Amino acid sequence: MVPIAYYLVLSAILFSIGVAAFLIKRNIITVFMSIELMLNAVNLTFVAFSRQWSQATGHLQVSGQLFVFFVMVVAAAEAAVGLAIIIAVFRARNTLNVDQIDLMKL
Amino acid sequence: MHLALFIIFAGLCVAGALNLLLQRHPINSALSLIVVMSSLSVLYLLLGAEFLAAAQVIVYSGAIMVLFTFVIMLLNAGREERTHGSKLAYIAGFPGAAALLGLLAYIFLSQRTTFGNARLGEYLATTGDLSRVLFRDLLLPFEVTSVLILIAILGAVALARKEH
Repeated sequence: MVPIAYYLVLSAILFSIGVAAFLIKRNIITVFMSIELMLNAVNLTFVAFSRQWSQATGHLQVSGQLFVFFVMVVAAAEAAVGLAIIIAVFRARNTLNVDQIDLMKL
Repeated sequence: MHLALFIIFAGLCVAGALNLLLQRHPINSALSLIVVMSSLSVLYLLLGAEFLAAAQVIVYSGAIMVLFTFVIMLLNAGREERTHGSKLAYIAGFPGAAALLGLLAYIFLSQRTTFGNARLGEYLATTGDLSRVLFRDLLLPFEVTSVLILIAILGAVALARKEH
């Protein structure tokens, strides 16, 4: 028996680590990976809340799990396009450091 | 039993995520992210989401992370160097993330009696339960995602192609 709040706290920890990694990492691929980590943390929240709603209503509720399914689909599409953009950026600028890709900075 | 499994795999998750944060080489970060995603699939199983546990292993730790490691090797990404921007990010990043964690953990733990406890083996959502809702109530969004995937494939090919 585990309180559902523990699952939610775990997902908060993972999300915060993802935010920190997103801000601190300088490699564009690692920045992208920390976005995936944040998506996974939110998915865990959805599954935990789906379970909590099932227990609150007394019968099985799968809406939260279906939301995770759609997040996974969109994440797969996003990863494919994002990595293609990274390859294109690397071809154009010959670097993966986000500090050197600053054409849109003032 | 449930608590022991939760502690083991939650610990693996947090350790993998911290390793992602601390490693300086992207391939090490990618491999620790695979650890995080695989342990998350066990946690989904503990919460009774068996289809999502399988999909997590196949889609995330399978497809997406293979794509990541493939791109890292293709671009021959080396260790990331420290720059001026990273100092600024250290000042803003760690306190911001810690404040977010503190706020979320406080809210979740103060409501822990309302959320209740999860017991192992109750409310198991089988693939049949999921597909009944998915293909009856959510058929249109499901079909729209297939269009999204198609556009994403075309976009990825168009972006990654070498220009002549």
